[in-house]
Amino acid sequence: MSAALHRPRIAPGRIVAWTLLALGGIVMIMPFVFMISTSLKTPEQVYDLRLIPLRPTLKNYVELFADARFLNWFVNSLVTSTIVTLSVLFFDSLVGYTLAKYRFRGRSFVFIAILSTLMIPTEMLVIPWYLMSASLGWIDTYWGIMFPGLITGFGVFLMRQFFSTVPDELIDAARIDGLSEFRIWWEIALPLVTPAMSALAIFTFLGNWTAFLWPLIVTSEKDLFTVPVGLSSFASENLTRWEMVMTGAAVSTIPTLIVFIVFQKYIIRGVVLSGLKG
Amino acid sequence: MYDRLTIHQKQAFWAWVFLAVPVVFFIVVRFYPTFDAAWISLTNWSLFREPKFIGLANYKEMFQDPVFWKVFANTFKYLALGLPVSLLISFTVAYYLDRVRFMHGLIRGLYFVPYLTTAVAMAWVWRWFYQPVPIGLFNDALSAVGLPQQPFLRSVDQALPSVLAPAIWAGLGFQVIIFLAGLRAIPETYYEAARIDGVGAWTILWEITLPLLKPTLLFLIVISSIGFLRIFDQVYNMTVDGQGGPLNATRPLVLNIYNSAFVDYDMGYATAQTMVLFLVLLVITIVQLRLLRSK
Repeated sequence: MSAALHRPRIAPGRIVAWTLLALGGIVMIMPFVFMISTSLKTPEQVYDLRLIPLRPTLKNYVELFADARFLNWFVNSLVTSTIVTLSVLFFDSLVGYTLAKYRFRGRSFVFIAILSTLMIPTEMLVIPWYLMSASLGWIDTYWGIMFPGLITGFGVFLMRQFFSTVPDELIDAARIDGLSEFRIWWEIALPLVTPAMSALAIFTFLGNWTAFLWPLIVTSEKDLFTVPVGLSSFASENLTRWEMVMTGAAVSTIPTLIVFIVFQKYIIRGVVLSGLKG
Repeated sequence: MYDRLTIHQKQAFWAWVFLAVPVVFFIVVRFYPTFDAAWISLTNWSLFREPKFIGLANYKEMFQDPVFWKVFANTFKYLALGLPVSLLISFTVAYYLDRVRFMHGLIRGLYFVPYLTTAVAMAWVWRWFYQPVPIGLFNDALSAVGLPQQPFLRSVDQALPSVLAPAIWAGLGFQVIIFLAGLRAIPETYYEAARIDGVGAWTILWEITLPLLKPTLLFLIVISSIGFLRIFDQVYNMTVDGQGGPLNATRPLVLNIYNSAFVDYDMGYATAQTMVLFLVLLVITIVQLRLLRSK
């Protein structure tokens, strides 16, 4: 018997549905395509809307980075997002583990208290944070950009869920073997929740890389801007130079696109796992 | 000393060692500012003078301020337009994508990318799309097929939906992924039974798929509502000088809060508005919890 006989017939309806879905998907990424295409055009070509520039040029990128400000903003975003992510991974998983695996008085109170912080919108906290930063000299510092996000209620909640699935016997066995409490967490429990850790890492990093409101508030010196704040100010200054605005937008977006392409599988699983980004 | 503790006491000891720094953090960076915000809203604090307790004067000013009501209405316009449109599109996409095997992951990826990218950068790309001819893509396309030009961001009527569009666009992928997970969780046997009974696709959708999708739908409604009510990045970057114009037509609550606090330096008035935002979001969360429990 030939395999063809067993192959299900492809209904015409399915082909139509597939085609429409694929077209919709292409429409979804058109803003990226136009952004990159325009960033490769000279000012005279901007009004020519063809997708593939006649004479693509990297001139805009050279001009953008010649200015050094963008490079500066890149470093700021990279450093602050990385430190916040490391801090979140360390503390959120440690707290999640403690709340999942230790029996002690006050445990549920601490958990509910941390959970309740999820109901407080950032917008309500930014003004007290700003006043706090102003009186402590944290305005225009990395610390000022980073401190609100160093530990998150959401991450604690996520990690607690995952540590609950780690069997108690494993931890007890490690105790009998004489491992210290810290090393039980670090060497025994933590390796068992790497899927949750990678999801938390990716979302924390991207969330901080794209964050706008708080960095906008806490920085006023251009040297301290993060990429989104810098781009916003750069674009307002270059309002009529759309090829430069698009180059700035492309430079800000390309790192997130790379993260997505590399980690797509983890990211999609992470969204389903955790239900949200922040 | 430590060696004399019982196993339970040792556990409690280590638990509090591990929790010490985070507990201080949550008190200083989350709880104290929350109460501080409530207190500031009762003062006339600007950065340039000492705060003075003025009771509910900020709230009174707010309720008499036509701009506040305009902004409040705008905020709910974003929600009322954004929620149904985004859920309808994302459900349709997920519903069909669920049956597609060929290049499933790639197509899903195409819908999802905008969710992860910098909203500020994308706001500027969309702002460019909306420019008049010969710059803007949309108007160029309209004129190419002989349709009249549209003012988009320059029009009091069109500006709000124009600013909303990139926010909907950016959130679609997230909604699609959650819908897909919800659809996957529906047991295949339900569909098989329905097919054996000769039930049509439309009836299956309304009688099986959607009712079983209720928790997913509820989750997405709450998360997306909160997202639309907190819209800021797009408005700040797509309107002239980030003012939410023309004539405040696009200004949402968060932008008004930002302006009160960091343009007018009226911290008391700004925090009073954040209390309103907090209450609105709280009501939505409580309604969600109720609905989930009643299930």
